[in-house]
Parts: sequence; C-alpha cells; structure tokens
Amino acid sequence: MRVKVKLFATLAKGRFGERGLELNASTTVLDVVNLVGVDSNDVALIFVNGRHSSFDYLLQEDDRLSLFPPIGGG
Amino acid sequence: MDKILRIKMQGSGDPVVSVENLGEYAGLGGRAMTSMVVAKEVPPDCHPLGAKNKLVIAPGMLSGTAAAMSGRISIGCKSPLTGTIKESNAGGQAAQVLARLGYAAIIIEGKGNGKDLYKIFINKDGVKVSVDNGLKMLGNYATVEKMKAEFGEKVAIISIGQAGEMKLPAASIACTDMEQRPTRHAGRGGVGAVMGAKGVKTIILDDAGLSNRKPVDEQKFREANREFVNGIRKHGVTGQALPAYGTNVLTNILNEAGGYPTHNFRTGFFEGGAKISGEEQARLMTERGGQPTHGCHRGCIIQCSGIYVDKNGNYISKQPEYETVWAHGGHCGIDDLDKIAVLDRMDDDIGLDTIDTGVAIGVAMDGGLLSFGDADGAINLLKEVEKGTPLGRLIGSGAEIIGKVLGVERVPVVKGQAIPAYDPRSVKGVAVTYATSTMGADHTAGYGVATNILKVGGFVDPLKGEGQVDLSRNLQIATAAIDATGMCLFIAFPILDQPETFNALVDIINAMYGLNLTGDDVAALGKKILSAERDFNKKAGFTKEHDRLPTFFKEESLPPHNTVFDVTDEDLDKVYNF
Repeated sequence: MRVKVKLFATLAKGRFGERGLELNASTTVLDVVNLVGVDSNDVALIFVNGRHSSFDYLLQEDDRLSLFPPIGGG
Repeated sequence: MDKILRIKMQGSGDPVVSVENLGEYAGLGGRAMTSMVVAKEVPPDCHPLGAKNKLVIAPGMLSGTAAAMSGRISIGCKSPLTGTIKESNAGGQAAQVLARLGYAAIIIEGKGNGKDLYKIFINKDGVKVSVDNGLKMLGNYATVEKMKAEFGEKVAIISIGQAGEMKLPAASIACTDMEQRPTRHAGRGGVGAVMGAKGVKTIILDDAGLSNRKPVDEQKFREANREFVNGIRKHGVTGQALPAYGTNVLTNILNEAGGYPTHNFRTGFFEGGAKISGEEQARLMTERGGQPTHGCHRGCIIQCSGIYVDKNGNYISKQPEYETVWAHGGHCGIDDLDKIAVLDRMDDDIGLDTIDTGVAIGVAMDGGLLSFGDADGAINLLKEVEKGTPLGRLIGSGAEIIGKVLGVERVPVVKGQAIPAYDPRSVKGVAVTYATSTMGADHTAGYGVATNILKVGGFVDPLKGEGQVDLSRNLQIATAAIDATGMCLFIAFPILDQPETFNALVDIINAMYGLNLTGDDVAALGKKILSAERDFNKKAGFTKEHDRLPTFFKEESLPPHNTVFDVTDEDLDKVYNF
C-alpha cells in the first residue's frame, strides 16, 4: 500500500519533509518511524489524516502520516 | 515596586503628577494590578475614549528581578474595541525597567486637550511630563528614533503610532525590545486608542543607576530560579522548538490538524502553509543572515523571537509571530513571507494589532474590496491607515466594523475582537475561551490549543465537545494568575507538564515576597482576577448571551474534518462555575 509520510521541524533535518512510501499491509506507525530512522522518543505528536493517532495504529492505503517533535507557541 | 504613579491629563492646564503608596493594591502585579484598578476606579458604563477611563500600565510581580522570563508588562483599561475590561500584555524591556524604577503601576487618567501631544520621562530622580508636538502623526519607529536621540541608547520606550493618535479600535501600544526597536506590542483591544485619547504619545523609562529588585530570601530565590530555568530548558517546547523555529512553528501543525483558518474561515487547511511556516522562516533567516533565535527581553531564556531580514540582509521587522503570519497570511490567502514581514513592520510602525488588522483585511477581501491573495493590496490598505484616510480608519477599526461596512456576513469576532489563528470548529477548547473570555476572542486567555493539539497538559480531543469547558476554565484561571506574575505565558508549557517547575515558580514568588503561597493560592488569585473582570463586564452590560461565537461556526462545517462548533450554550455558561 501507498502511504504519504511527512516529517516536521527537527524530525525533518537530514531526512525529508515529505515522501511517498510503499509499505506492506499491517505496517504500524512505529514501523514507519523506525523505517525512516527517527528515534521514537523524539516523536511527540502523530497525526494520521489530520487526526491524532498513536504508534500502534495500523496504516491504511493512502493514509497521510505526519510526525512532529514537541512543539508549541501561540 | 512600592509606589504608584498617577498622571492626570486635563482639558486645560498642565497634567498633574502624583506618587502614591500602594494602599489596597499592595502585592499586585501585571494583570491583577490592571484589572483591580480598572474594576475599582473606572465606571463600567464610561466611554472608553472619555476622561473617566484610565490606562493602567503594570509590570508583573516578578518583573525587575533576576527571575528568568519575568519581562511581561500588562496594560489595562476599558476597551474601545470590545467595551469590556481589557488587559493586553507585551514583552520587550519596559516591564523590567519600570519595575526597577519602583513603580507597581502607572495610571493615566483624564483626557488630553485634543491638540497637544505629551511625552512622559521617568528616571530615578522623578517624572517629567512635557508637550512634544513634533511627534504628531509619527510612526513608532520614527518616534523611538527621536526619543533615542534625546534620552540615549539605554532607555525603554513605550509609544503609540498614528493609529493610537487617531484613536482607532485596533490601535496597539508598542514597547521597545533589546535592540530598542518598537516591536513588542500590547496589541489587543485598542489600548493604543486609550493612550491616544489621553494625549500621551510616549513614555520613556530610564533605570540608570538602579539595580534588580532584591528578594526577601535571596538564597531561596536563586535556588528556585535555577530549578525553574532547568524546567524550561528540559521541556521540548520551550527548550527546543520555540528557540529553533519561533511561534510560527505552529503553522504546519495547525494546518496538518485541519485547524488553520483559511480564506476567512472557509477551510481548515491552507495550500500555501509550508511556504510561510516556522521551518521555512528559520531556514530563510539562517540563509540570509537574519536571526531565527532571539529573546524579546533581557532575562528570556526561551528565545522564541527573531529578526527578519530581506534578501539583501537588511532589517525588515522582528520575526513575525504565528498569529501575525496567519492573520496576514493564510487568513488572507497570502503565502509570501517577505510580504507578511512587511505587513508586520507596518503594523508595528503604525501601531496596530496584527490580529485585528489582518482579520479585518481578510474580511475586506471577503467583502470584495480586494482579492484573496492580494499582498500588495493588503500593503496598500495599511498605507491608507497610516495616512488616516476614511478607508484606512475603517480597516484600523477591526473586522467587525469593516464587515458591517462591506455587508459581510462571515465576521469572525467575539465581543468585537477578532478570533485568531485556530478554527473554533476543529480546536474546540480554545473556542470555548474565545466565547467566554472576559477579553473577547483571545487565544492567550486560555490556550486550549496546548491540550487539544499539542498534547501539553494532557489531551482533550480537539474535534469533540466533551471536556472543553473544564479545559478552558482551568486554563483561564491559571493564565490570569500567570499574567499577574509578569512571566511569559510560554512558561505554561513546562509548568503544565512538570509539577516541579510549577512548584519552582511558586517558590520564586514566595522567596521574592517572603510568602508561603501554595498552588491553591495561585489558583485563587486567578479566580479573583477573573471574577473582578467578569463583574466589570456585567456592569458594562454584558450578559451570558454575549459569551457566544458567531452562528456560522455552528451552522457551516469546516473541511477537512467537516465539524461544526457544538459545545452547547448551556455548557458555555458553566465556564465561570468556580
């Protein structure tokens, strides 16, 4: 299945901002985090299709996965 | 900080200056001071631009001390924008300097004579109020240059631009930063118009020969401050993200979360978001030799501000904040950071709230005055404000007024104040704050975004109504208390997540004043402030029916999540059940 992965802020440094990945079925968010070489401890916020999600979520065809370190402002 | 400076402006005759003991205002600072003075001394039914309104300028309880992050100044009055009580606060140097001068508040009363413009100079030897009509209709930058030439390179300067002189409802009050530039504004609620109505153009604060305020218990203060600093540095938000990317780091996440109001609140996702994001801004400033990491006042250890330069490396403005980038950016369909920085500079110079001004321009776009995405058109509108043309004055009057003039139905305001950069339909916790805050729509009054989107202080699903009222209530109470301390509100990120950092803050206050406050006492202070503000508003004619969002937020669903604002009116009325 095809999934779009987006990395933000410090997570994108030395990696990429956005990339389409071809994944096997039953791939979790954590699997993708490991696959793209991000330390899961650095991931504070996980969105799938614009909704908060978690490491154990099973990705679906055409999902958009967005990963953020701790961020804030306002 | 053991005295209050009162300056009474008079229709005829010289202003009268008096210095008083604190009396019943002893121990108050920041928002607690401004709101208590306004609640006690300003008739709630007065006209905000009239002689009975007062402008109260107060450093926080910890300002002027060695405590990190303590440089916020509160400016209060009855608001010409909302008609409610108002506390608008700013960074920059003014709070620290005013506190070192020993003033817990400056209270400006009465009304100017309509022809003379005054400057107020304060140093250790006293206060001098004098006419300076050479400042008339100057922007903040030119005003500051003149004051620097007259009073030197070390003073802190508070001033208004043309918007304040014209008494426009979106007029701000500028405070100079560490570089002596007028970039840090008490933006919201038209406080600049009240200063203009008093006939005061600028206040120059000189703390030469003075040192930091001394704590009652110096050792305990030092230890608590060390723990506090450690807590701020170890939290991911204040230790890493804010210094690296500034507040504009929020653009991408709000966009990803579908909560970024675009084209005057039509969708929650802006195609051009990445082009105006904090990441892009930091990259650009590093490449151009600007400064992506910078403090707005001495003693700031978060360093979320920055200096924005053009492609030749020349200064344009301070790094525009997230809400500014949004108001002039996605809200208006503009995806050009350089143009947004120019708009930020113009707002700062003319003395306008970037949120109310940007939202007004977006509403004007919706009304057909110009097209969405027309950055040059937006710049031209600000030139109109600067010149004081009738059209410019309408823009400087904020979204509600320009919306009425142009016959626009979709006007995102509460109590006349523009809703900022988080859509109520997909960030429902902060929406409850917009609806119920004593200030009109104000994200800083109870930043539900932290828990809805950023997972700070727990998590409450931003798309659901459940839990938002409790979240907003607790945040509004905590925020009112923080606003009294003079602490930057961004300390909320670590203190919400780290109990030891919250305790360190309470210990700093206790060591400074020789008190034994607990966390409950801090919450009680927040409740006391909110209750006084709410009571003022009630007497000014506000009812629970004013604690509502514009109805389109309940009726029109917001893509991409297709949600509406569905917290019931009955639940909104429970926010102040404490």
